[in-house]
This record gives sequence, C-alpha cells and structure tokens, in this order.
Amino acid sequence: MKRGFTRALDFRHGQVEMTHGSGGRAMAQLVEELFVASFDNEALRRMDDQAQVEVPPGRLVIATDSHVVSPLFFPGGDIGCLSVHGTVNDVAMAGARPLYLAAGFILEEGLPLADLRRIVESMARASRGAGVPVVTGDTKVVERGSGDGVFITTTGVGVVPPGVDVSGSRARPGDVVLVSGTMGDHGVAIMSLRENLSFGTTIESDTAALHGLVAAMLAVVPGIHCLRDPTRGGLATTLNELARQSGVGIVIGEDRIPVRGEVNSACEFLGLDPLYVANEGKLVAICAADDAQRLLGAMRAHPLGRDAAIIGQVIEDEHAFVQMDTAFGGRRVVDWLTGDQLPRIC
Amino acid sequence: MKYIDEFRDGALARSLGAAITREAAPGRRYGFMEFCGGHTHAIARYGVTDLLPGNVRMIHGPGCPVCVLPVGRVDMAIEIARRPGVILATYGDTMRVPASGRLSLLKAKAQGADVRMVYSTQDAVRLAEENPGREVVMFAIGFETTTPPTALAIKQAEAKGLANFLVFCNHVLTPSAISHILESPEVRELGTVPIDGFIGPAHVSTIIGSRPYEFFAEEYQKPVVIAGFEPLDVMQAILMLVRQVNEGRAEVENEFTRAVTREGNQKAQALVAEVFELRREFEWRGLGAVPYSALRLKDKYAAFDAERRYGLVDRQVADHKACECGAILRGVKQPADCKLFGTACTPENPLGSCMVSSEGACAAHYTYGRFRDFSRKSAAGGATP
Repeated sequence: MKRGFTRALDFRHGQVEMTHGSGGRAMAQLVEELFVASFDNEALRRMDDQAQVEVPPGRLVIATDSHVVSPLFFPGGDIGCLSVHGTVNDVAMAGARPLYLAAGFILEEGLPLADLRRIVESMARASRGAGVPVVTGDTKVVERGSGDGVFITTTGVGVVPPGVDVSGSRARPGDVVLVSGTMGDHGVAIMSLRENLSFGTTIESDTAALHGLVAAMLAVVPGIHCLRDPTRGGLATTLNELARQSGVGIVIGEDRIPVRGEVNSACEFLGLDPLYVANEGKLVAICAADDAQRLLGAMRAHPLGRDAAIIGQVIEDEHAFVQMDTAFGGRRVVDWLTGDQLPRIC
Repeated sequence: MKYIDEFRDGALARSLGAAITREAAPGRRYGFMEFCGGHTHAIARYGVTDLLPGNVRMIHGPGCPVCVLPVGRVDMAIEIARRPGVILATYGDTMRVPASGRLSLLKAKAQGADVRMVYSTQDAVRLAEENPGREVVMFAIGFETTTPPTALAIKQAEAKGLANFLVFCNHVLTPSAISHILESPEVRELGTVPIDGFIGPAHVSTIIGSRPYEFFAEEYQKPVVIAGFEPLDVMQAILMLVRQVNEGRAEVENEFTRAVTREGNQKAQALVAEVFELRREFEWRGLGAVPYSALRLKDKYAAFDAERRYGLVDRQVADHKACECGAILRGVKQPADCKLFGTACTPENPLGSCMVSSEGACAAHYTYGRFRDFSRKSAAGGATP
C-alpha cells in the first residue's frame, strides 16, 4: 500500500508541532516514519492500539519507569537508551527475563525532530542490543514551556523462571552484600554537564541493560536473595530500602566500595557523596554467605561485572540501620538521602 | 584522590588515636569545642569519636552559618522573595530553614515566589544581568569565608552599573561569637560547659588569619588550634590541644599551615573593609543578640542594600518552644538531649536550624551517628566481612 504522506518528515530542520500529537495525519506520519521504522517488529507493524505477544510459562513481571533526564544527551548515553535500560533493569531485578517494552512519549512543542530521531534511534539500538523489542507505544505533544523536550515512560514485562525467588524482603542476617561495579558514574556524568563543569577527563554514564549479567548470576547461584539497581539515591538509598524491606541491618566497609578516582574527585569538588549518586548500569546483590564467592566469580566473568566486589554483610538490627566502617577507622550511619542531591538525573 | 586521601588515612588515624589515648591523663576529662560546622561534619562522617578515649569529649560549637540564622531573618528573606518582580538568589542549604508560620523558602517557592538556588554570588550577578527588568536579591549568609565573594559581587555590580542587583546581608563574625560563648554564664560560672580549648576554624582562618584568636588564648586562657576540615586535621588538632592542656599552655597553634597564615588573606580583608561595616548588634539563633557580631553595607553602597531599599525592619521571632537548638549551639546540650530530635524533628522535616544544614550538629548526629543512641547490642554486631 502506498503511504499517503506527500512530503517526508523534515528531520533536518523540522520541529515537533502540536499536530504531531493531535491524532491526525501528522501524528500518523510521525509514528510510521520514525517510531515504527526505528523499532520495527512484528507486533508494532500490525498498527493496532495494543500489542499481542506470546508469553512463556512462569510468573509475569511488570515494571514501569518514567524518564525526565536533563540534559537529554550526556556522555555515555541519552534519554533514549536510558529509558530502555532503566525498565529492562527493573524487570531483571526480579530475576526475570525481560520480554517486551511499551513506550509513552510526551514531546514538547518545538523539540527539533533531529533530536527526537537521535533519541528514538538510540532507544531502538538499546532495545535491539538487549533483545527486548518495543511492541507498543503512545505519543502526546504538550505546548512549548509545558515539558522539557521529551519525557519517556517505558513499561516492561518479563517472566521469572521457575525456582527463582528474588525480592528485596529476602535479606537475612549473615548474608553477604555485593555490587557489580563502580558507584556514581551516571550521576556525576549528568552533573558535570548540567553545571557546565568540565573536568580534565570525561566521566561517562554507565547506562546498560543488566539482564544478561543477572542471567549469568542466576545460572551459578539460583538462590540469590535480593537484586536491585541503585539508581536515584544511589547505593546508600538502595541499601536502606533493602534493610527496611527485610527488617535487617547492613554493615558495609567504605574501602571495599568501588568508586572511580575521577568520580571521587568530582564528588569531592561538588560536595557530593558518591554513595548517594545515581547509577544506571550497576546492581546490588545479596546472597547467602556460602554462595558469595561463586556469585562474585560469575559477576567478574561478565563484562558488566568486571569490577564487582563484596562490600558488606547483613546483620540483625531492629532499627534497620545501614552502617559503614569508614576507611578512617570509625563507624557511621549511611542514611536515606535527604532532599535532592541532583535534580532530574534519570 | 591526591591531596585528599592523605588526610583521611586510616593507619595514621589509628596512630594519632593511640597517641591521644596515651597522652590524655586518665584521671582528667578534656572538653574541646570545635567551633565550625565543617569540623562537626567531619567528626560525624568519619567516626572520629570512635578513635578517641572516653575522657576526651568534643563539644559542637555554633559555627554553622545556616544554623545561626534566626527565624526573623529567614522571615525577612521570604518577605523579599514574595515582592513582585523580585528574584531571590540563595545558597541551597537556606532553602529548607524553617521560618514563621510553617514556611521556608522552599515552601514560599512552591507558592509562587521566585527563589533560585545559586552556587556563588557570581551566579546572582549573572541573574541580574540576564533579567534587567527584575530585581535580583542575593540572600548573603555566612562567616568570613563567604563575605569576600559578596563584597566582590557588589563591586562588580557597581562597575557594571547593575542597579537591579541587591544584597540582603546576614554575614556574621567568628571572633565575636567565640567571645560571646566564653562570656556566657554556662562557661564562666556554672561550669556546665567544660571547654578546655577550641579547634579553630579552617576556611574562616584562611581569610582572617590566626591572629584574631590570640586574644582569646591570652584573655581567657584557652588554647586554640586552627585545623583543616579533613579528619586527620581534626585528630592532630585534638592531640595538640591535649598537649597544651597537659603542659598548662594556652596558645594559638596552627595545624592548618597549608592554608592559614598569621595575617590571613589581606586582599580579601581589604575588600570586605571597603564594602562592609560592623552592625551594632545582630541576633544569632541560640546566642541571642551579640554586639558587633555582624556586617552591613556601608553608606557608600546603600543602593545595593535590600534592607534599605525595601525598608525592612528586624523582628524577633521565638524558636519552637521545645527546640534545643539554642542550647546545642552554645554547647550546653547535645542533639540527643532534645525531645524533638529524631521524632518531630528530622532532616526531612526540620523544626530547628541545627537539623537543616549538613554542618548542623543535629543533622550530623542524625545522619551519621544516631545508631549510638540505641542499644549497642545489635548495632555493634558484625564487622565487615
């Protein structure tokens, strides 16, 4: 069938206009020439208002995540790939295999179509790389001044294989706490752009899909107790969430936490604590002490877990404190984040 | 991190801790006030007290710029921010300081006031340049460290002919606060605050030098050791204070020689002297009205003075009845002594100013140290594997 658009979208000089969200021909053209063309897959090509997909047996996992990062493009990634990785990771942290994504776009009038295409193509690349197709979506346009270029909400579904039971409430005293790599890369990459602070070296976001790493970990230790990606609020916040959910305390060692030298320096300079800075391609795992070394080995054997480390252990504590033995030799609480360290980073 | 890690070295910390334990006379108690919030923060964040013997006690002082701002001045800042056409530029910490009527700058912002967080006075000058039709008021707070940048901004605004740049000046002076504490009845007569010596300010001293402290050391016979904000600086300063006390000396010593000289930064001092003059008195939260303890703009720069342009009048507003910030800022009480601590007053919902800034004694204790307030049974279990 011949498409009814007389002129192709002008990706060089064009901008998002209100008509791109009004449900008319302009919207249909944007959907076809950009979204369907980029995400191209069987379910999407059918052009229904929903996607019909096959689901293997197992427990269904659903996760949703809205992405409002500013700036839209940053070293190591952009809002597009971030919106794929973020949701794929949320699904994977249940020990699930992510299967499909849905994407909702809120576009601000005036956004250059070139930027939108760059974002959508980055999303498509991330989705193909992860093997998780975007099978349905939605587009809305808001007036200039009512958005910040583009907001993207993605929803992911996946299936947990039988025998796997991962939850933030399963940490037990005696368990061991691991991280998959260096902390704080993403947040510092964003912050250094936003404040127009340039450093001698460029710190890149660590944005990545972690389901491959999770699968490799579960293959070796199917009985992992907890998995979580320390995004907003960083490692400190994630550990506090896990401690509260499981009703336990956690003690970590400051000198065991991997942090890049340049991230540490940037944090020192900006007055931030790397433990509270966001990550987009790292995970925290808690497992039984007997499994810890094998799990660490499996993580380090995977490219996304090269710098994995055991950072602490779970203890009994009715107050659910996360404590840290400082490299200096004292001990302190690692508390929930108060207020905002960095605005709008993911 | 070069030039940083050296000052946070665990092995050196342990050996300094051992030296303090060895040299502190077992039958004697040592109480040292760290004046600055920066020191309070370092002590809590790195767990410095874990390395000190039981008879060496640190007393938190009032040196947290946000903490000492009285409610009345925050109310005035909100009043300015609500004026039509005004942009109030402020350092981040002040946004959450509780004001009258359950307000704060953050809440006033949510209600429509144009409050912008800035990192420096330079950002505020830029705002004024970018918004010629608006009046941009810098909510200037802080001790001697932040005063020169405010003076510089005023000079720049003058040079650029920026008539829409104003300063709401709340700059305060360290030496007057220290003498006020030393003159307070708790220290002089009642002996409820056993101060044997001071850890002197780090960054403030880079500006004013070590000389202003010589007066206290001599007049009040209290040793002062100026120290940097790194935890090893603090440990070294404590050891130096213990030695002075043991030897019956009361001198000004400088541990922070890598940044502080006796004369300080004379260029900055000259700049401040050119733009500012002493206020007859200024209200501090916790300390009350302290004579000659704050600065205001000289007549020559009256055009940049928000207080004068808007005809603002100082007002006295009482703190929350049960809030112990005042006593904590004087070193009379500790955060855990306050009924509100950790219950009604938390960093998310601060009632008192000491809970707001990360340099405040309550926030530091809540964020880093409150596990000590509970039974050590569970908290002490399990070292790092």
